[in-house]
Amino acid sequence: MSVAVATLEHHLRAARADGRRLLIPYVMAGVVPDWLDLVRGAAEAGADAIEIGLPFSDPMLDGPTVQQAAALATGRGARPRPLLDSLAGLDVGVPLVVMTYANVAMTLTPERGVGGFVDYLAAVGVRGVIVPDLPLEESAEYLARASEAEVAAVLLAAPSCDDERCREIAQASSGFVYCMSSMRITGERADLATTARETARRLKGMTDLPVVTGFGISTVAHAVEACADADGVVVGSAFMRMLVDGAPVAEVVDAVAAFRRALSSAGG
Amino acid sequence: MSSRVLDVSATEVSTDAMRAPDAAGRFGRFGGRYLPEALMPAAKAVEAAFREAWSDAAFTTEYRRLLATYVGRPTPLTECARLSEALGVRVLLKREDLAHTGSHKINNVLGQALLAQRMGKRKLIAETGAGQHGVATATAAALLGLACTVYMGQTDVRRQELNVFRMELLGAEVVPVTSANGVGTLKEATNGALRAWVNETENAHYCVGSTMGPHPYPWMVREFQRVIGDEARAQCADRLPTAVPDVVVACVGGGSNAAGTFAGFVDTPARLVGVEAAGGSAVDKGKLGVLHGFMSHFLQDDDSQVLEAHSISAGLDYPGVGPEHVHLASIGRVHYTSVTDEQAMRALKLVTRTEGILPALESAHALAWVVDAAATGELPAGSTVLVTLSGRGDKDIHQIREHLR
Ligand SMILES: Cc1ncc(COP(=O)(O)O)c(C=O)c1O
Repeated sequence: MSVAVATLEHHLRAARADGRRLLIPYVMAGVVPDWLDLVRGAAEAGADAIEIGLPFSDPMLDGPTVQQAAALATGRGARPRPLLDSLAGLDVGVPLVVMTYANVAMTLTPERGVGGFVDYLAAVGVRGVIVPDLPLEESAEYLARASEAEVAAVLLAAPSCDDERCREIAQASSGFVYCMSSMRITGERADLATTARETARRLKGMTDLPVVTGFGISTVAHAVEACADADGVVVGSAFMRMLVDGAPVAEVVDAVAAFRRALSSAGG
Repeated sequence: MSSRVLDVSATEVSTDAMRAPDAAGRFGRFGGRYLPEALMPAAKAVEAAFREAWSDAAFTTEYRRLLATYVGRPTPLTECARLSEALGVRVLLKREDLAHTGSHKINNVLGQALLAQRMGKRKLIAETGAGQHGVATATAAALLGLACTVYMGQTDVRRQELNVFRMELLGAEVVPVTSANGVGTLKEATNGALRAWVNETENAHYCVGSTMGPHPYPWMVREFQRVIGDEARAQCADRLPTAVPDVVVACVGGGSNAAGTFAGFVDTPARLVGVEAAGGSAVDKGKLGVLHGFMSHFLQDDDSQVLEAHSISAGLDYPGVGPEHVHLASIGRVHYTSVTDEQAMRALKLVTRTEGILPALESAHALAWVVDAAATGELPAGSTVLVTLSGRGDKDIHQIREHLR
């Protein structure tokens, strides 16, 4: 990845300052053979950053679609280390953020733990990291290492967090704050949860970091609605379902473009 | 208690093993609370409620009342005359198979069900492998008027058909868990239950079935199971001239019956032995990692993917082990070992024929170690061995028949 890409936080703040609603598509690494084309295509279609999922056998927070995407990837022989290696030298012009679970982060370089994982990310040019099952209490080492390596450690806040907890999470997070839209695992849903906007609004009142809402953002309408309070959205299952159902990468890129258009016209 | 003074010089007695975990929920470096933010308040609420309840006489009185009048505690200590003669060692069984619903699982579940009620929850969520924990949870839910959903791997739903029916009869909903890359056993069931807990944390209490999961579960479950060890300790004191057996043995899946048993003897010179299934020996063959909310040893490949455990016994089919067990292994207080399906099945036949007791396949692993250790001399002739018989074999009857055919 190009060193010209600014840090995740700088990049997202600059986009927000331009009045843009942030769009962060989620792509399960290795889900289809040409998944790197999806990463490139999504960037060209107007993504502001791309969340790259690393497959894990036991994804606690993922619903059926992302589970299937992970199974497709592992079934094709995709493994975390080679997947990360394939990101080195990839220059898509927007920051990449890796999402995986604590076991992968801890054991990718067994002797060096989460610190080694963060260094690995930095070495392949990844600009941010999300480990949803490393909550504040377990993340001191990880946050310190990430800060040294200039890899933004993005923490999640959930509707169940009280204000004090939200504030602590926002303070410890870097890059952006990930606002979990509802108390539900990932997956498509008919409506945007009422908690999505409330939680984003609470977070916005506490931090100047970009606040990005994810989980269950299934349609452009959800995305636009969520962005009434949040600075942007992460869209995962809706895109991954298309691939799981056999759609070509180009079609998913078109879908990313459709989200971009909707957010841009709504954002003004 | 016997008036005989224990000879504590023989073995070094660890005085700080099996205390409460530290504030972060760790036993040594193992344990902790590796949860998505959405579940942190729920886990903290369980911890607060447990701390408060466990020091509240009203709660513990009600819990003990249920153990006595509903579970049938204390369970007996059975002297195995014919088996002892055959092996040349004195074998005593702590009979958890005689507890209501057929295994030790009920001790933990009643504690958690009372806690759920106290927390104002209306529903219990559980994972189950063999089905014993599911049956126990469905039973407690029926007793206390709570709703109950049990997550069970698709393969186990098939293997443990009778227990599925029992759960449904008790009013529980059994949800088969399949995953795109799993084989449908306890690991998948636990994933299913955890995801359900994320979706239902407001109304439901997650009733974890063993000494695993995020803090406070490994500690809380051990405390609810310590009744096994405390009773056995008192019974041994009455029965044995030495007051304490030479060796205390229990099978280890997640490790709840073993933790409960060991808790009663950890401050004695007794040698403690935990027996895993050869296809799931996480203490020895597992690698440090994080799964299902805790740090421990897990069977996993070089690419950080957790592997399925394989055992004839669904209750030992878990790729990890409770964090306190890895800690007890690391400080050398408990010796962990494993036996094969074949060894377990041979021991099962022997005990059934000599004592008229059909043990659960899980318990047969603990018995198999005793049988083999007596044969090899690892258990010196004449030593006294206490084995926790964690459950009865009725649930496994189909599998035993298949295997012996
Ligand atoms: C009879 C019996 N024993 C033992 C176990 C293993 O559990 P644990 O290791 O928590 O005692 C089970 C689990 O299902 C069981 O049903």
